[in-house]
Amino acid sequence: MEKTAIDVAYVAELARLELTEEEKSVFQPQLDTIVRYVEKISSVDVSDVPPTMHGRAIVNSLREDVVRPSLDREVALANAPARTGDEFMLPKIVEGAES
Amino acid sequence: MSELYRLGIEEAAAGLAKGDFSSVELTRSVIDRVRTENPKIGAYLTFDEEGALAAAKAADDARKGLGSGSMDGARRSPLLGIPVAIKDLINVKGQPCTCASKILEGYVSPYDATVISNLKAAGAICAGRVNMDEFAMGSSTENSALGRTVNPYDVTRVPGGSSGGSAAAVGGDLCIAALGTDTGGSIRQPASFCNCVGLKPSYGRVSRYGVTAFASSLDQVGPMTKSVTDAALLLQVLAGRDEMDGTTPDEPVPDYAAALAGASLKGVKIGLPKEYFIDGLDPEVKRLTDEAIAKCASAGAEMVEVSLPHTEQAMAVYYIVAPAEASANLARFDGVRYGHRSGRSDDVFNLYARSRAEGFGPEVKRRIIMGTYVLSSGYYDAYYGRALKVRTLIRRDFETVFGMVDALLAPVAPTPAFRLGEVQDPLTMYLNDLFTIPSSLAGNCAISVPAGFTAGTNLPVGIQLIGDAYREDRLLRIAKAFEEVR
Repeated sequence: MEKTAIDVAYVAELARLELTEEEKSVFQPQLDTIVRYVEKISSVDVSDVPPTMHGRAIVNSLREDVVRPSLDREVALANAPARTGDEFMLPKIVEGAES
Repeated sequence: MSELYRLGIEEAAAGLAKGDFSSVELTRSVIDRVRTENPKIGAYLTFDEEGALAAAKAADDARKGLGSGSMDGARRSPLLGIPVAIKDLINVKGQPCTCASKILEGYVSPYDATVISNLKAAGAICAGRVNMDEFAMGSSTENSALGRTVNPYDVTRVPGGSSGGSAAAVGGDLCIAALGTDTGGSIRQPASFCNCVGLKPSYGRVSRYGVTAFASSLDQVGPMTKSVTDAALLLQVLAGRDEMDGTTPDEPVPDYAAALAGASLKGVKIGLPKEYFIDGLDPEVKRLTDEAIAKCASAGAEMVEVSLPHTEQAMAVYYIVAPAEASANLARFDGVRYGHRSGRSDDVFNLYARSRAEGFGPEVKRRIIMGTYVLSSGYYDAYYGRALKVRTLIRRDFETVFGMVDALLAPVAPTPAFRLGEVQDPLTMYLNDLFTIPSSLAGNCAISVPAGFTAGTNLPVGIQLIGDAYREDRLLRIAKAFEEVR
């Protein structure tokens, strides 16, 4: 079997994305093909070429640091999948903490 | 007056100004059209009829000097009382904003995007939300998790994507105009497939505040319209500095409609990038592009061959940079503050992983994995770091040719609209954006303008005109002149 270019199962874990076995077997060859395709940039000489981070570079785009109205708490919580009082509700994160 | 829904912005604004019809009548006409045609075309995901008619009434009142006065500033705007379809990743307060993804089903926007505030201030009616590829990832709108959109010119074919709902709504006369977004061709390619004008503004020309981010160094909102003039009128309202988006420079916005007056191709220098005229081009696309070139030449334009030597690298650069940025942007969809939360989670880590697994579709997952990979430890320099440097070479190619020509002319996509289900392989689908990606990476503005129809299949095909960054005025003027001679 040809060596894979990318370990899909491992990278999906890094991305916090649970994959089914079927998804892994479908994505693996597809992403191998895509990774091998983009490797063509390795043939370009980029010595002394600076990177381009944006379509148009702007430096220090700042505005005055003043307090202004923001979303109301109720509005911000309106789309929450679960809430408790004025907070978002999550499963327990810290072991031993009160839930 | 019947068939008001067929009008573009310019004609509708003239009719409204003369009192030939009201915005309520215009909006009713669009609503009736959507009711009969949308079940076939699937352009819209939702349409708030009541909200649209209320906004139309307010626009009619404002025009007569009645009402609250809150819209008095819009009395001279050509957008006053005009219904505009909104791509479903742009936030409109109180409306759904799903990005055509299951992960955002049921989400209601808490605020207006800046482009929406601008449209509302100009009196436009933003009531209908149009379909797209999930999170704007795709070239056929087949990646929508929430509905199927077909091409209004042939319902067995795709409308293109990712702004396929916008293009189908404009091309099928289900709206007066629409907003799309373009990251690597998502306005221009569907515009070509559905016989509309689609303008991708220069990077930073239009605010992205309130627009769900896909690839932040590339995303732009732009007009999709029935004419070049309409694109100019709509861009006027969208463009400009927004302190909520740090990528919008404080550069003056020209009067785009005024720039169109007396548009002519006489003496205009148009470059033909030789790397865009490849063997794989569909013969009908080639014929229509060649005809467009001939028409420009006989209208007095000087056509010159130019070279963009790094074109061949652009696709590879894009499919590193865009997924990398997407993987970071889409990290916010974790089932915590909004969006889908998995019911199968017992700790916070599988809450993230399962909410995302259940909420995202396959193309979004592929891109998240690809993006995470090229940013991961040990691979960053070889992929992402290197891609950013090659991007510089691509940008320099454009800077060099725009020292010599006023615009570039090229195909929009290698083929006309393909059949639903015809393209299955992800990389083959990516190749649709071959001619639109390089100018996106360089930050230029570019427009797709209808050029004609294929023989036999009778499918619309656009041509692409690419302009120098922040010269939308000149690009629109050339596009307008082409529109008149085509």
